Amino acid sequence: MHKIFIRSFVSSLVFLFTFTVASVAKDVKAAFVYIGPTGDHGWTYQHDVGRKAVEAAGYKTTFVEGVPESADAERVLRQLANSGHDIIFTTSFGYMNPTNKVAKEFPNVKFEHATGYKREHSNVSTYAARFYEGRTILGTIAGSMTKSNVIGYVASFPIPEVIRGINSFTLAAQKVNPNIKTKIVWAFTWYDPGKEAEAAKALIDQGADIIAQHTDSTAIVQIAEKAGVYAFGQASDMDKFAPKAVLTSVENNWGPYYVDRVKAVANGTWNQKDTWHGIGDGMVVISDLDSALPADLKAKVNQLEKDLASGKVHSFTGPIYDQKGNLMVAEGKTADDGMLAGMMTYVKGVEGDIPK
Amino acid sequence: MENLIKIIKRDQPSRTIFFLTPVLAIFLTLVAGGLIFYILGFEPFEALKFFFIVPIADMYGFSELLLKATPLCLIAIGLSFCFKSNNWNIGAEGQLTFGAIVSGGVALLFYNQEGFYILPIVILAGAIGGMLYASIPAILKTYFNTNEILVSLMLVYVSKLILDYLVVGPWSNPEGFNFPETRQFSDSARLPLLAEGLRIHAGIFLALAAVVISWFIFYKTYLGFQMKVSGFSLKTAKYAGYKGKKMIILVFLISGACAGLAGVGEITGPIGQLHREVSPDYGFTAIIVAFLGRLNPVGIIFASLIVAITYLGAETAQIFMQIPKYTGQVFQGMILFFLLASDYLLFFKIKFIGSKK
Repeated sequence: MHKIFIRSFVSSLVFLFTFTVASVAKDVKAAFVYIGPTGDHGWTYQHDVGRKAVEAAGYKTTFVEGVPESADAERVLRQLANSGHDIIFTTSFGYMNPTNKVAKEFPNVKFEHATGYKREHSNVSTYAARFYEGRTILGTIAGSMTKSNVIGYVASFPIPEVIRGINSFTLAAQKVNPNIKTKIVWAFTWYDPGKEAEAAKALIDQGADIIAQHTDSTAIVQIAEKAGVYAFGQASDMDKFAPKAVLTSVENNWGPYYVDRVKAVANGTWNQKDTWHGIGDGMVVISDLDSALPADLKAKVNQLEKDLASGKVHSFTGPIYDQKGNLMVAEGKTADDGMLAGMMTYVKGVEGDIPK
Repeated sequence: MENLIKIIKRDQPSRTIFFLTPVLAIFLTLVAGGLIFYILGFEPFEALKFFFIVPIADMYGFSELLLKATPLCLIAIGLSFCFKSNNWNIGAEGQLTFGAIVSGGVALLFYNQEGFYILPIVILAGAIGGMLYASIPAILKTYFNTNEILVSLMLVYVSKLILDYLVVGPWSNPEGFNFPETRQFSDSARLPLLAEGLRIHAGIFLALAAVVISWFIFYKTYLGFQMKVSGFSLKTAKYAGYKGKKMIILVFLISGACAGLAGVGEITGPIGQLHREVSPDYGFTAIIVAFLGRLNPVGIIFASLIVAITYLGAETAQIFMQIPKYTGQVFQGMILFFLLASDYLLFFKIKFIGSKK
């Protein structure tokens, strides 16, 4: 009923467009909805790199950037679904409810929502990356390279995704250097160069000689470059913004997944999935290691990357204790995906409390 | 050789020009916009068509236009109370956010209940929230002589941080894996939809009521007259014996209530929950709407529709022509710029005279 009603309101103009698109080429058309500008060199930039991979594979794509997570998201989604797109990727958590709502009205259009957990209709899939595997590598490098044993970490929001990253990073750093402390500053933003720079400065003032980040701008690595401390790039290879400071970056590599899913629509093999890929599937990529890393560390990191990819090493292998000393994961066990998905406690060695 | 153009000061601001300059500003915006499209390599008429016609060419598109214009109109009506009387409330976005917080908080109390009484309480809570938040700059201005522009503006950021705190922490959905959003409101806390399949909701009646009531107050009441006099000259108002403080607080409260109601409309209308982004800066955009509408309730209706279409058009233009979506903001900026620039004509006239060699 709902659907029929909506269809009846499809305009002659929009209809005309659907028609022309359909008659020009019967190819699958993919659309991407972005939270930020394509030039942010972080989250959205990497999704757009993925979109270009889809184009390169011979499919037509459309994108809309800077779509707020307010009431506007739903309209953009409906318009894309209405204008001949067969698969729509919504690349921010806040699009979760609008994605499911619009998916109900357009059962023939496939929806792919990044980082969410709701799949209320059979045409909605979700996907995310195991970025924490990349942070295991960063933690290993940080623990080995720090002289002050204080590592700074600029975090965005206190959600499981971010807490998981902090923990994975800290556990890996402790493994190579039991004396390290991770200091966190919460920026409460995903992208705000000004705030991120302030946070980085505060951490450097507190003695941190390596800064990790879970925010998207290049401000932090640039501050680190100026202050003469080390840093890690986020989302894309940020080496060119701070060649001396950046030891490596964790890159979000969405292209293979996007191409795969669009192809699946073309072949008629698309089905609902909940995807959580890591280094092994190539969704998380470690950039080239900086020349500042000693040769033995480089070798160690390369081996670790291989072991994480093959599953020989898991980022959360027990024994793991929380800040109060309670056992979280027993010796010889690894944390399961359920625990990882809802992780809201710091491990031992992280300073401070999670903002509540 | 002498000047070919002479600029003469008018004795009286021209009334015709007063209502013509918004039209002129929109025309100039279209011309400049077309020019920008041309420079960027897009066919200008095609681009303008996708910007201003295609988005509203069907019933659904038109309903989306009304949905978008509703908060803008409501806030701008409220702001015009302040602006008419020389009170520069720049913080409508904060009042909207705080109104949304208070009404959202009430809606969450009833998250698992249904009942006809819930929605009125939720709406009232939003208006009160907006009023409370607007009373801060008003009281600080009247009793402590602070600058309301700064205070109201800074409070916008405070309100957004409060909202962040609540949706990340105490109000976050217990079943939501700690993501920054609350539970969904119950159906009884949602504004009724006007038609199935469309998102346009009963909030539009709040905006229309605000238009009618404000028109009545502006042109038919003593308060409206006081506001007008204070707007022309604060000294005159004082000389006439008006109780300035009371009026300042009153206009801020009205303005805050309108912004708060706009916040209610967003969260109990299309959104249905609280999360970090309840408004794409409607409170700031409404300032453009208020001035484009000449602080006149009927003018504000048209202005809110015109500004609303820049949002919709930007999306359509990106989907169909790959024009960057941020051009929508460029259009909003240009409208205000050309309006302020053409206001020069209110006070001066330009006379063309023949060249003398």
